[in-house]
Amino acid sequence: MSAAAHSVVEPGLTSKRVAGAIVILYAVITMVPLFWIFATSFKTPPDSIAYPPKILFEPSIEGYCNLFTTRTRQTAEYIASLPPATSFCDETTRKRNMVIAGQSNFLPRFVNSLIIAFGSTFCAVFLGTLAAYGFSRFKVPLADDLLFFILSTRMMPPIAVAIPIYLMYRELGLSDTALGMILLYTAVNVSLAVWLLKGFIDEIPREYEEAAMIDGYTRMGAFFKVVLPQATTGIAATAIFCLIFAWNEYAFAALLTSGTAQTAPPFIPTIIGEGGQDWPAVAAGTTIFLVPILVFTILLRKQLLRGITFGAVRK
Amino acid sequence: MAEVRLSRLSKSFGAAAAVSGLDLTIADGEFVVLLGPTGAGKTTTLRLIAGLERPDAGSVTIGGEEVTARSPAERDVAFVFQQYSLYPHLSVYDNLAFPLRSPARRLPAAEVDARVREIAGLVRIDHKLDSRSTRLSGGEMQRVAIGRALVRKPSIFLMDEPLSSLDAKLRADLRLELKRIQSDVGSTLLYVTHDQIEAMTMADRIGILSGGELVQLGTPRDIYTSPANLHVAARLGNPQINLVEPGLIPCQSVPRGTRTIGARTEHVEVEKAAAGAAANARIDWIEHLGDQNHLHIAVDGRRITLLADPYSGFKAGDAVAIRLREPLFFGADDRRISHG
Ligand SMILES: Nc1ncnc2c1ncn2[C@@H]1O[C@H](COP(=O)(O)OP(=O)(O)O)[C@@H](O)[C@H]1O
Ligand SMILES: [Mg+2]
Repeated sequence: MSAAAHSVVEPGLTSKRVAGAIVILYAVITMVPLFWIFATSFKTPPDSIAYPPKILFEPSIEGYCNLFTTRTRQTAEYIASLPPATSFCDETTRKRNMVIAGQSNFLPRFVNSLIIAFGSTFCAVFLGTLAAYGFSRFKVPLADDLLFFILSTRMMPPIAVAIPIYLMYRELGLSDTALGMILLYTAVNVSLAVWLLKGFIDEIPREYEEAAMIDGYTRMGAFFKVVLPQATTGIAATAIFCLIFAWNEYAFAALLTSGTAQTAPPFIPTIIGEGGQDWPAVAAGTTIFLVPILVFTILLRKQLLRGITFGAVRK
Repeated sequence: MAEVRLSRLSKSFGAAAAVSGLDLTIADGEFVVLLGPTGAGKTTTLRLIAGLERPDAGSVTIGGEEVTARSPAERDVAFVFQQYSLYPHLSVYDNLAFPLRSPARRLPAAEVDARVREIAGLVRIDHKLDSRSTRLSGGEMQRVAIGRALVRKPSIFLMDEPLSSLDAKLRADLRLELKRIQSDVGSTLLYVTHDQIEAMTMADRIGILSGGELVQLGTPRDIYTSPANLHVAARLGNPQINLVEPGLIPCQSVPRGTRTIGARTEHVEVEKAAAGAAANARIDWIEHLGDQNHLHIAVDGRRITLLADPYSGFKAGDAVAIRLREPLFFGADDRRISHG
């Protein structure tokens, strides 16, 4: 009797608990560094290097002040002669015998990252969708070889071609330009996009487009009205993968950008050098850097969950 | 609505011919059913008419205009697919409105709305207009699919086994409903199926398709009573026609050249063996299907199956006398030999 109540498919309570504990443990382990960075961003510089490390501390936004500003050291007399501080940042800076000299480069670098990562993601997904549709629906000569060739561009680490790309970009005037970085990240991501999206589009039955064409639409019309809406899951999943790569990419960014087009990843470590080891500022930069990916992922999490199972539970 | 004419239509995939030399004229307002087993070329025929496939040879004429080279959108046909009949990302309303909003038509919103509501009433789905199409039951989905075909008032409706995925009860209901709608609207309809009951009940004319060729075309009655050959005879009738060699069962006059005799229930007289009727067969067993009984009769080591009246009083093991009454005769080439 009791054995019958115990379903074969539904896991028992004990195994559910064990599984839950493992998941929670794993989540905690992966979250610790993130939490540590988040906490450090609200410490004062002395607290951030205190030993033993402080778990409890008085929060401060000094790290964020330092992230967005540049400061110069001044004599106590000079600081005393200044008019009263107008902001919290002014005040903390003066306590460390410094004054705010201007805006740091963090904001423009962060904006560069946004433009380059979202721009290249859009291009890769756009081109990838069209190519995947072509491969999925038409008789493309040598389709298998072409697809293999596209995949083969992922078989070496992209940085292996860093030197030729560096020289090419210098010749073409693409070094340190947003356009150059968008093209580069698009080129790296488009192969992934084609392969992922081809899988998703293959799963959309052709009957829908054929029905639309009989209903009076052109193939292009059918693509936009019928295929794209059903491919949103796959497009969202692909976009996240492309965005995460482009957003986090460090090596090419460090090599090819240094000034106007520099992205946040190579910029953040340079903060350490400015006026002592300013760990709270680095942590603050890292924390802010995580926000766009977090927001994007949360917004698309439903599509992402369904997309990552690659049709296993899609219906 | 319009007349549709297929002439010498052929299509091969690689070496295999899916449709070969198909000649068929569907009159304005006629309901034609193509009946054939899986792989007979039914779907391919419809796709050729719709313009989803290019024929290797032959032509398609709709309403007097040759359309063989035109794109599907330019042909003014409606298609109900076997599977995936509705756009899953759209509501029932938007599914029905989809053809009317196409660049080929682009009707004003008020007219779209009026047409959608009219058709929704016709296919009895007006209470579900706002549902996601994926939330419908199988029967509702096919009703919407039929509605989407109707909404445009096309020259011809092409339906590819639209009821095959439904259970028996629903299939029977929708069969009646489809026939009702077709006669209300007076539409020209080419319907393909492997289900003989659908063909027999709905068609004005049935075409029997086999191996991509049209074997016989005629009214359901014609095809049932005068099948052109063994293949056609075997497609119609339930239980399936019994094929026996001449001489196995007594028969009045067998034409010369007969190789096979086809005997349906109405072609066999069965009597309890008695003094006047010597037993030449025995009832092996009786299958009770509820509304009807199947008699399995053993004759000389062969077995034939007949439909029986539940009140016939036969029991398994009974000795019986059987005799043929104007059965179908087939020659060595499997073609039917008409009786003297
Ligand atoms: N796109 C295709 N590619 C290759 N062979 C096909 C294709 N479509 C149909 N066929 C073949 O053509 C024949 C007829 O198919 P089809 O028209 O789908 O038959 P039915 O609808 O009667 O089951 C089958 O042998 C099938 O395998
Ligand atoms: Mg078919």
